[in-house]
Amino acid sequence: MSTSELGQPERGSPLHYVALVLLSLICLAPIAILALTSVKTQAQIFDVRWSWLFMPTMDNYRAVIEDGHIDRYLLNSVIISVASTVLTLTLGSLCAYGLARFRFLGRSTISYSSLILRTLPPAVLAVPVYVIWSAWGINDTLFGVILIYTALNLPFTIWLLYGFIEQLPVELEEAAAIDGCGPIAVFWRIILPLLAPGLAAAAVFVFRLAWNEFILSFILTNRITRTLPASISNYITDTGVEWGKIMAAGLLIALPPLIFTFVAAKRIIGGMAAGAVKG
Amino acid sequence: MSPRLVPYVYVMPAVLVMAAGLFYPIAQALNLSLYDWSLGTPWSSAKFSGFESFIDALTSPQAWTSMLVTLAFVFLAVGLEMLLGVALALLLERPVRGMRVFRTIFLLPMMIAPICVGLIWRYLFDAQYGPVNQLLQALGLSPHSWLAVPELAFLAMVVTDIWQWTPFVLLMVLAALQGLDRSTLEAARIDGANTWQTIVRVKLPLIMPILIVTILMRMIDGFRGLEVIYVMTFGGPGQATELFSLHIYKAAFISQRLGLASALSILLLVIVTVLSLAVLTLSNPLKEKDESSK
Repeated sequence: MSTSELGQPERGSPLHYVALVLLSLICLAPIAILALTSVKTQAQIFDVRWSWLFMPTMDNYRAVIEDGHIDRYLLNSVIISVASTVLTLTLGSLCAYGLARFRFLGRSTISYSSLILRTLPPAVLAVPVYVIWSAWGINDTLFGVILIYTALNLPFTIWLLYGFIEQLPVELEEAAAIDGCGPIAVFWRIILPLLAPGLAAAAVFVFRLAWNEFILSFILTNRITRTLPASISNYITDTGVEWGKIMAAGLLIALPPLIFTFVAAKRIIGGMAAGAVKG
Repeated sequence: MSPRLVPYVYVMPAVLVMAAGLFYPIAQALNLSLYDWSLGTPWSSAKFSGFESFIDALTSPQAWTSMLVTLAFVFLAVGLEMLLGVALALLLERPVRGMRVFRTIFLLPMMIAPICVGLIWRYLFDAQYGPVNQLLQALGLSPHSWLAVPELAFLAMVVTDIWQWTPFVLLMVLAALQGLDRSTLEAARIDGANTWQTIVRVKLPLIMPILIVTILMRMIDGFRGLEVIYVMTFGGPGQATELFSLHIYKAAFISQRLGLASALSILLLVIVTVLSLAVLTLSNPLKEKDESSK
């Protein structure tokens, strides 16, 4: 019996590690180039020889903040991502609980339509949502973007949380009900605390979509309400791309997902198997 | 409160938001596809045109070109990702110390914003100062105007997708392989199966459902994706990299033909729904529950 079956992973062969390191470098190099280019001067970027070693400058970051008002877009992105994450998790966990624990008229309609909508292409929504949001007067508002991100994230969130709720023993809820807890209290006091790992996993994916999404935000916002990804287009002009500035903005966009990947890698891989990495 | 109403208290808030943000827009897309309407003009100027937008969509050479580009892209990119991902997973299957760090690193390309991915690779493939050309020259090869030549731009789009998504296939297959029943593999070994036979006759058939779901998920992504290519080439040169989702965006917001764009949206919705139903027959959370409770 090898040691791996005792729970302690073995030390792999050197070749195994060489392959892993090579793959890691392939994954990391383009991201490193993004980061390095964001702290290069225009002259260094246009140099015919690409250099890994140079004197870093913060000029690009200064420029995107002072001329580009990127701090405003950053704030929009934070508000939209946090609000839609909180809203999605609240509505999603309630709905998942309802679907997992009750049999009622319309349950299978809601179940199947939301299961299929997990893969709805944002491009399908672009035109009608633009038209509807204009008619409702929520075009160019942060609320409009929060609403569409919440709707887009709900189907996946419901089914991820549904899987978690199914694992919870129903006896706890029955005991609480006998002790006089109403349905809402059962959900609030019993289910939500036990659901924490599921909520954490869902939060990563929900936040990721809201933070990264570009096309709907680009269509549904104006110069004031634009999110960080949608503001990228400011640096692509007819004459070319302002590489230094766009890479600085790009790194700001890339940073939060990079950080929470390192924090929550295990949950992400778990959620991925549940059909998670979408959008 | 009547106990019969309790479940609705839980599900209705989410259902209402999905109704406003998903169902109603889909219905509206169907409705809009029956009108000839230009972006920026008032709704009163829209003309009812029946199924004309669908006929336009199905007979438009640009729509077909975009569909062929998308199919070729999905076929090539997903095919290569599966080959690479499965091969690497079989190679790296054995759990080793430190694997957690590597697994985290493999997640990064798919976690960062697609728009960043497009940005990075547009820069890497830049004809004048892009690192790809500099690497080629260092190796004594000739540089290319990657994003300006149709075939090369298509290739660049495939390479970018492979970089972004092969780790996903690798991690999915790794998880599947490590979930295999050890005793089955042991039995194959005792019966004298060599490594190759074990892979082809035992491991691959056992993980086949997960491989198929992974392929379907990647195909769906191929039809959904437009952000990477929006930044990288905006579909060009010509239509060489114009994926179907980007084609819809351009029909609506560049050509300003909302009826046509809506008809194209409905076609895309049908394609993705069929693929999504295929995923559902293979992995359905509702069925899994019913089977386990039997």
